[in-house]
Amino acid sequence: MGALMVIFSLQKDQRRKRTDSVEDELELSAVRHRPEGLEQLEALTRFNRKELQILYRGFKNECPSGVVNEDTFKDIYSQFFPQGDASTYAHFLFNAFDTDKDGSVSFEDFVMGLSILLRGSVQEKLNWAFNLYDINKDGYITKEEMLDIMKAIYDMMGKCTYPLLKDDTPRQHVEIFFQKMDKNKDGVVTMDEFIDCCQNDENIMRSMQLFDNVI
Amino acid sequence: MASGVAAWLPFARAAAIGWMPVANMPMPIAPTEKNKRADELIVLNVSGRRFETWRNTLDRYPDTLLGSSEKEFFYNEETKEYFFDRDADVFRAVLNFYRTGKLHYPRSECITSYDEELSFFGIIPEIIGDCCYEEYKDRRRENQERLMDDDEDKKDAKLPNMTFRETMWRAFENPHTSTMALVFYYVTGFFIAISVLTNVVETVPCGATPNTKEVTCGDRYTVAFFCMDTACVLIFTVEYLMRLFAAPSRYRFMRSVMSIIDVVAILPYYIGLVMTDNEDVSGAFVTLRVFRVFRIFKFSRHSQGLRILGYTLKSCASELGFLLFSLTMAIIIFATVMFYAEKGSTSSKFTSIPASFWYTIVTMTTLGYGDMVPKTIAGKIFGSICSLSGVLVIALPVPVIVSNFSRIYHQNQRADKRRAQKMQKARLARIRISKTGSSNAFLHSKRNGLFSEALELTQLPYKMNLSDQSSIEEEQHLSKNQSLLESQHHHLLHCLEKTTNHEFADELCYEQSYLEGALQSYPSQSPSLSSQEGMTGTCCTRHTKRNHAPLPNSSILTCALSHTHPHHNLQELSTIHIQPLNTSRSSLNMRVDEPARLNCQSGTITTAIISIPTPPATTPESDAHPPPPGPALQNVVKVSAL
Repeated sequence: MGALMVIFSLQKDQRRKRTDSVEDELELSAVRHRPEGLEQLEALTRFNRKELQILYRGFKNECPSGVVNEDTFKDIYSQFFPQGDASTYAHFLFNAFDTDKDGSVSFEDFVMGLSILLRGSVQEKLNWAFNLYDINKDGYITKEEMLDIMKAIYDMMGKCTYPLLKDDTPRQHVEIFFQKMDKNKDGVVTMDEFIDCCQNDENIMRSMQLFDNVI
Repeated sequence: MASGVAAWLPFARAAAIGWMPVANMPMPIAPTEKNKRADELIVLNVSGRRFETWRNTLDRYPDTLLGSSEKEFFYNEETKEYFFDRDADVFRAVLNFYRTGKLHYPRSECITSYDEELSFFGIIPEIIGDCCYEEYKDRRRENQERLMDDDEDKKDAKLPNMTFRETMWRAFENPHTSTMALVFYYVTGFFIAISVLTNVVETVPCGATPNTKEVTCGDRYTVAFFCMDTACVLIFTVEYLMRLFAAPSRYRFMRSVMSIIDVVAILPYYIGLVMTDNEDVSGAFVTLRVFRVFRIFKFSRHSQGLRILGYTLKSCASELGFLLFSLTMAIIIFATVMFYAEKGSTSSKFTSIPASFWYTIVTMTTLGYGDMVPKTIAGKIFGSICSLSGVLVIALPVPVIVSNFSRIYHQNQRADKRRAQKMQKARLARIRISKTGSSNAFLHSKRNGLFSEALELTQLPYKMNLSDQSSIEEEQHLSKNQSLLESQHHHLLHCLEKTTNHEFADELCYEQSYLEGALQSYPSQSPSLSSQEGMTGTCCTRHTKRNHAPLPNSSILTCALSHTHPHHNLQELSTIHIQPLNTSRSSLNMRVDEPARLNCQSGTITTAIISIPTPPATTPESDAHPPPPGPALQNVVKVSAL
């Protein structure tokens, strides 16, 4: 009977080893990404060497494998907004950063996006914002797309707000936005309408410069 | 804010540009770094071993020693490094915590030294990562048990005024406390042994005279054995009565297993005394004598091992039950098969299925007495199958029982496990609190007004930090209380508020506005707002330490913490520290002004006062009062610096 027990336990180990090897193979094939050299990145973006170093260190610290997939991205972004649910907005942000649409944000994507946001001209920034709002990238922002974005932003506030968030607050906000932006009242906002309108709005122009000294 | 992702804060702030075209209101100014220095390496000299890290790494956790200005106390001017006279090995784990955001417990370290180092560096052990937390907790428990054992030895010192009854009970339960108890312990043990021995020897045939039958010793020396028996039973009876007298709770004592064993051990004797030498009942009388063997179980008071065995069997009841059940199934099947197989053969011992049971059991347990053997070929075939499967069926549950025994023997009992579960809940609660402390910190800084004053200057261009002195002062004042990271994070949250034109509130104001909305007892918003302004200010300056808030209604709590947390955790949270609410109106009104006196300057104080009365209040008068602090006075006193 003792022999039976020993045999039984040995069998268990064998089975475990087999599954382990399968997992190991998966791990090896997991994406490990090494970014371009510093010089290339310096040329591609508007950061200097030191800034790139700081950025990369922070990036790699959080994602040792060198790429961020959407779940990690959502996780990281949600930690800045503890009171609400930032995952929807993080999803849109992820799509905005993942310019080559390969499902992961590498350091190049990351740093190029940041370069536009922090060192780009106002035109470029507005361009980037338009791309963020235009979910299906067809060149037009429809009311539905804007509503999705708006709901995602309001979700980040969470439930405990003052005054209380009503259900149609995002919709109202979208209406205001379209009233402002949609000049020819055709129900969609094009890139030109968007940029024109923003450039004429003092508040928006001022707030675009807000984060220039972040890095 | 999760300090582990501090490096991504610049990204989050840059991404906030996405909100700007949507916002209708101007954004607040960004906090600036007054002396923006390039990230520098600082050297930490711990007992001679030098560790170097970026300053930013340490700044991630501003409420620890290394992350705050407390480390300046350890700065050595000549060598331009921070010197700590502590253990360098444990410091590795501490520093890795800053680097990776996860605290690990090095298994080679002593648990007390590790705890001391953690408390020195201001890190709470609850944030040890899940990978190491089990080990940490196990070691901690072992250590505490060891300490408790030591304490128990000390505790056995006699308390000054114990009643005679209590002394007796203590003597019975802990024999090593006094000499009398020890004597009593050994005497009873001796008599139990004597009694058992007597029972055994009684049945031995001893010395037959040549022409008469063999007689047992019991029959030969009847009087001697009777006297022996009487003496033992007397001793046991006296002992039982004394225990009954000394027991703190007689009813509980009488229900306990040991007392039942005692009673069963001595009862046969008395029954035998009472009963006369009646022929009818003498048979029953003989049976009763069997029960005398239960005296051997009295030894379990003297032996710890027996008790553990008994406990194991009790707790393995389900496995034993499974064993029994599967055996029964197999026995019935095989007995039936064997019976029908052997039906044909002549002079077969397999007269009926129940008769075959005996054969099946003997075969399956590989005993094989040989008193019943199959004679037909079919019978032999099925008999061999029976013996083979018997081995398997018995081998299956036995390892489970064995592992159960070792599990119980080494690990904690059920009560300890329940305690551990409670600890786990408390630990999760503490982690959650420290995490959500960040959202509170934001609200707190807002209400402090420092932030809002800086807001007044939104008219000026943003790149004004060089030109406007007053704003710099504000920011300096602000950054006195907050690290730069925190202020940047708060600025980000503030931008979000401006974008959506709503403000963050804690669950109190949420509940309030919820009630307002539900009751709609105000003609217009403004008078209520103004009357509540002062109150709102006070109510929101109070932090609520969640685990003290005696909120009976868990639905209120659901919005308190980020609603990504599952609901049931909050339920557990509230059940840990709930105090009964006393919602008398007078006491509620009394405590309104108390919180205003609280010191809200320090960013680290949390107090616990809030209780929300169940809302039957429909009169406007009651609504005008903010949910006043509950008169759970014990909670109010506790002010703890996190």
